[in-house]
Amino acid sequence: MSISLLLDMAASSAPDRVAVVSDELRWTAGHLNTLTEGGAGVIQGSGARTVAYVGTGGALLPLLIFSSARAGVSFAPLNYRLSGVKLRELIDRLEDPLLICDSDYVDSVGGYEGRLLRSEDFLDAAASADPVSEMPEPDDVAVVLFTSGTTSAPKAVELSHNNLVSYITGTVDFASADPDDVALICVPPYHVAGVGAALSNLYAGRKMVYLRSFDPAEWVRLINSERVTTATVVPTMLDRVITEIKRAGTTLPTLRNLAYGGSKVPLPLVRTALELLPEVGFVNAYGLTETSSTIAVLGPEDHRAARASDDPAVVRRLGSVGRPVPGIEVEIRDELGAVLGPDEPGELFVRGEQVSGKYTGIGSVLDENGWFPTKDVAVLDAEGYLFIGGRSDDTIIRGGENIAPAEIEDVLVEHPGVREVAVVGVEDAEWGQIIVAVVVPEEGADPDPEELRTYVRGTLRGSRTPDRVVFRDGLPATPTGKVLRRELIDELTLDAAVGGAGQ
Amino acid sequence: MIKNGSRLRSQVCDTEVIVVKSSDSLDDLRAGGVAMVAIDGEKAADAALDAEFADGTVMGKRYVDESGAEVLVTKAGAGSLSVGSTKLALKEAKPLPASD
Repeated sequence: MSISLLLDMAASSAPDRVAVVSDELRWTAGHLNTLTEGGAGVIQGSGARTVAYVGTGGALLPLLIFSSARAGVSFAPLNYRLSGVKLRELIDRLEDPLLICDSDYVDSVGGYEGRLLRSEDFLDAAASADPVSEMPEPDDVAVVLFTSGTTSAPKAVELSHNNLVSYITGTVDFASADPDDVALICVPPYHVAGVGAALSNLYAGRKMVYLRSFDPAEWVRLINSERVTTATVVPTMLDRVITEIKRAGTTLPTLRNLAYGGSKVPLPLVRTALELLPEVGFVNAYGLTETSSTIAVLGPEDHRAARASDDPAVVRRLGSVGRPVPGIEVEIRDELGAVLGPDEPGELFVRGEQVSGKYTGIGSVLDENGWFPTKDVAVLDAEGYLFIGGRSDDTIIRGGENIAPAEIEDVLVEHPGVREVAVVGVEDAEWGQIIVAVVVPEEGADPDPEELRTYVRGTLRGSRTPDRVVFRDGLPATPTGKVLRRELIDELTLDAAVGGAGQ
Repeated sequence: MIKNGSRLRSQVCDTEVIVVKSSDSLDDLRAGGVAMVAIDGEKAADAALDAEFADGTVMGKRYVDESGAEVLVTKAGAGSLSVGSTKLALKEAKPLPASD
């Protein structure tokens, strides 16, 4: 079984359909297919067991994903923003790699002594190499993705051909796209959403237009010039795009579907987006690298129902990640492993063919019944809608009480003076940890710390009131929007140690 | 029980499938009235397409039986899929919105 089956089917069904648009490149499904066979020849000729990639992707991403699959080796896209030292550390963890590198990044891996091929040279070689097409086993590793390492050192997640094929065939209807369907892809190639996008759009029959370097004005321009019908963004991109649309007054008449995910989007931003783009179907997608991306979806109808309803139980679903996708089972468990019922928060466990839970060097972390511990705090409502409460590692323990930062963040972000907020626990001699709210004020606003504390106290019980409120111009985050809480905690701890200001 | 992800082909037409959800019933999976074989398996020289099972399969469609077994057609062909002599049903697609 191979992910290349997905390309075989797409190319067989519509070989002359333009499948990939990226800068000056325009490839039909048939042409992409042919290139991947040559690409596989190049890879096999190198003798490598893994293809590592450093670059911004574009057309190269589907080319490398499928060429690697046809060569029967795994593919590992790496974060191009990392330093040379960090990149080489990751490459060293891969089995017998061939490094494909965009010209812009060759210097950053300077001194790399292994097999290296510039992206454009790979492309040229693929166009003329003898075709190769191997068939891997279902459990062979197709793609290796390093986790972002925000709470620990990056782990190498192994996604098998079975995981990815199950995910795509379970959630995408083959060749179901309309002839005018166009997807704009601007998520990084080293993120699971980038890999998912290359596979799902190809299988659905949607033309993929790549924006390799995100810029909100360019995003808006491309939506209109390429008549894009669906796009996926991470929260920071959504924020910048909404700001740009408000600033320029542009409309997006062709856009029918806008998906967001990667990390939590503040509710006020979701509501603003819904109001600004009433013709667009919004989709909140939740998933992890370890689950081959999306495992739960809050669709356009769910968004509309939540906005239109009077029933608080329905309204609150706007803050949920929707319901599990076909093929996925979910369970909420307490610390002892007992399965909890609706409205009882605990840790989210997931099971399904698309769930990997396997890491290089560590092996599988699935329990004996195949369940994967997500380490996310979550709760299900009576109708099966899933609410994510944040990473369990981020739970603050204050005076013996467990406090989920998300609970306080969700309240504070609704305050008109607050644009973004992260709540973290800082070491304290008396309480173990105290609650500190790091607030990014709305432009022009100057909220008073005491007023914000009172605001929280008005909604949540007293023990949830932040002990301190500090202000910051922005929150340190990964490119996909995951807040670097460790950085904030370190800053605050240092601040306290030197008896600094910050209030 | 055949493993999920197993690939099978018809002996009497071009149909190829992948097992999405296995069940014991798939041990008797047929295309065109004749037992399907492994994707690289031998086709019997005397096998012939049964006219009763010639509705054709469509690439990308999923077919199910009553036990919940599910196969995905990766290559279309002239035969019908069946478990024994009970034809499989076309699975209704409940499309998800694009999310990647």
